[in-house]
Amino acid sequence: MTGTTDIHAYLAEFDDIPGTRVFTAKRARQGYHLNQFAMSLMKAENRERWKADERAYLEEWPLSDEQKQAVLDRDYNRLLDLGGNIYFLAKVFSTDGFSFLQAVSTMSGMSLEEYSAMMIAGGRSPEGLRSIREKR
Amino acid sequence: MMARITAGIGTSHVPALGAAIDLGKTEEPYWAPAFAGYEWTRAWERQQAPDVVILVYNDHASAFDMKIIPTFAIGCGERFEPADEGWGRRKVPTVMGHPDLAWHIAQSCILDEFDMTIVNEMDVDHGLTVPLSMVFGQPEAWPVRVIPLAVNVVTYPPPSGNRCWALGEAIARAVESFPEDLNVQIWGTGGMSHQLQGPRAGLINREWDNRFLDRLEGDSQELRHIPHIEYLRETGSEGIEMVMWLIMRGALGRATRMLHRHYHVPASNTAVGHIVLEPLP
Repeated sequence: MTGTTDIHAYLAEFDDIPGTRVFTAKRARQGYHLNQFAMSLMKAENRERWKADERAYLEEWPLSDEQKQAVLDRDYNRLLDLGGNIYFLAKVFSTDGFSFLQAVSTMSGMSLEEYSAMMIAGGRSPEGLRSIREKR
Repeated sequence: MMARITAGIGTSHVPALGAAIDLGKTEEPYWAPAFAGYEWTRAWERQQAPDVVILVYNDHASAFDMKIIPTFAIGCGERFEPADEGWGRRKVPTVMGHPDLAWHIAQSCILDEFDMTIVNEMDVDHGLTVPLSMVFGQPEAWPVRVIPLAVNVVTYPPPSGNRCWALGEAIARAVESFPEDLNVQIWGTGGMSHQLQGPRAGLINREWDNRFLDRLEGDSQELRHIPHIEYLRETGSEGIEMVMWLIMRGALGRATRMLHRHYHVPASNTAVGHIVLEPLP
C-alpha cells in the first residue's frame, strides 16, 4: 500500500486531460446497456439480425434516444460521451468491417490518410496535451 | 525440485500484429520493423523451452462484459479457446492451461491476501493470443502450457502499479512452493503508449516509454509508484495497460538483467515495446 488515495481527488484529475474520456464508474453506469448492446454483436447470429435491421435491433435494448441515434450515426465521440467504452464499441465498427485504425481516426477529426501518416511519423506528440489546467 | 520463474517478457499485444501474422503480411514494409525485434526472442525461446507461461493480459470485452468485472482473474481451466471478437475466432491453436499450477497459485495468493477470481471457463482474446504468436509464430500447437491472468484495466480504477508489483511477488512465492520441476516464465503484456479514443487519439510518447523500459532493468523500484494519472497524461488512455508489466517485473524479484529490448512506432495506433528479462539472485 502506497498510502490512501482519496477517490474524489483521484477522479477529479481525469477531467483535466484534453480530448480524453476516462471510463469511470459514472460512465460505466450511464453506458451499461449501450456497452451490453455492443457486446451482443460478438455472436454471429446477432450480427446478422443487426445488419438486417439496425433500428429494430436497437429497440430491443433499453438505450436512451440519444444513444440509439449516436449508434446509428456511428458517432464514436458522442458514444464515448454517452458512456460507451471503446472496446465495446469496437464490436460495432468490427461488424461494419472497420479496423481500429479506421474507427479511431474518425474520432480524431482527421481523415484516415492524415491519421495514418501521423502515426507513421511517430504519432501524436503529448506536448500541450497532458493537462488543460497546466497547459503542458 | 520445485518450480521456478526463470525469465520475464514484456510485450505489446496489438490486435493488428496478430492480423498481420494471420494474413501473412509480416514481411511488408509497414510491419517488418515491428516483427524484426522479436526474432531474437523466438530463437532464445526455442532454447529456453519453458514448461509454463503465466501470461498477464487484459480482456477486451471478450470473456468479460460489463456484468462482472474482476480485478485479477486467473484461468484454472484445462483449455481456453481463442475468442470471437466480432470477426470470427483467430485461427490459432487452443491454449492449453496448467490447472495444477494455476490452482496452486490461486490458493497461495488468496492466503497471501490477494483476492483472486478463479475462472474455469473462458475464451481468450488478442490480449493473450497475440503475444503467443509474436514469440512462437504459427505452430500446430503452442509449445507451452499457459496460465491466463486477466487484469481489469478498462473500468476505473484498475489496480495500482504497486498492487500489481506486489501480486507479482506473491505469484513468485507461489511458484517457488510448487513441488514439481517446472521452468516457468511470466509475461506482462499490453501498451506501450496508445490512445484509442477521442480527439487525442494517436498519442505516442517515445521518451516516456523508453524510460519505462530502462527502469525494468536492475533494482529500481520506481515504476511501482507511478500513479494512474501519469500513465493517462503521458501515454494515452490505453497506456494504462503497462501496469500489467509490473506483475511480471514484481515476479522477477529484487533485480533483473536485460537480455533483449525492442521499440517500434507504429503498429496501427500503438507503440510496440518488448523486453526480455531474467531475474538476478
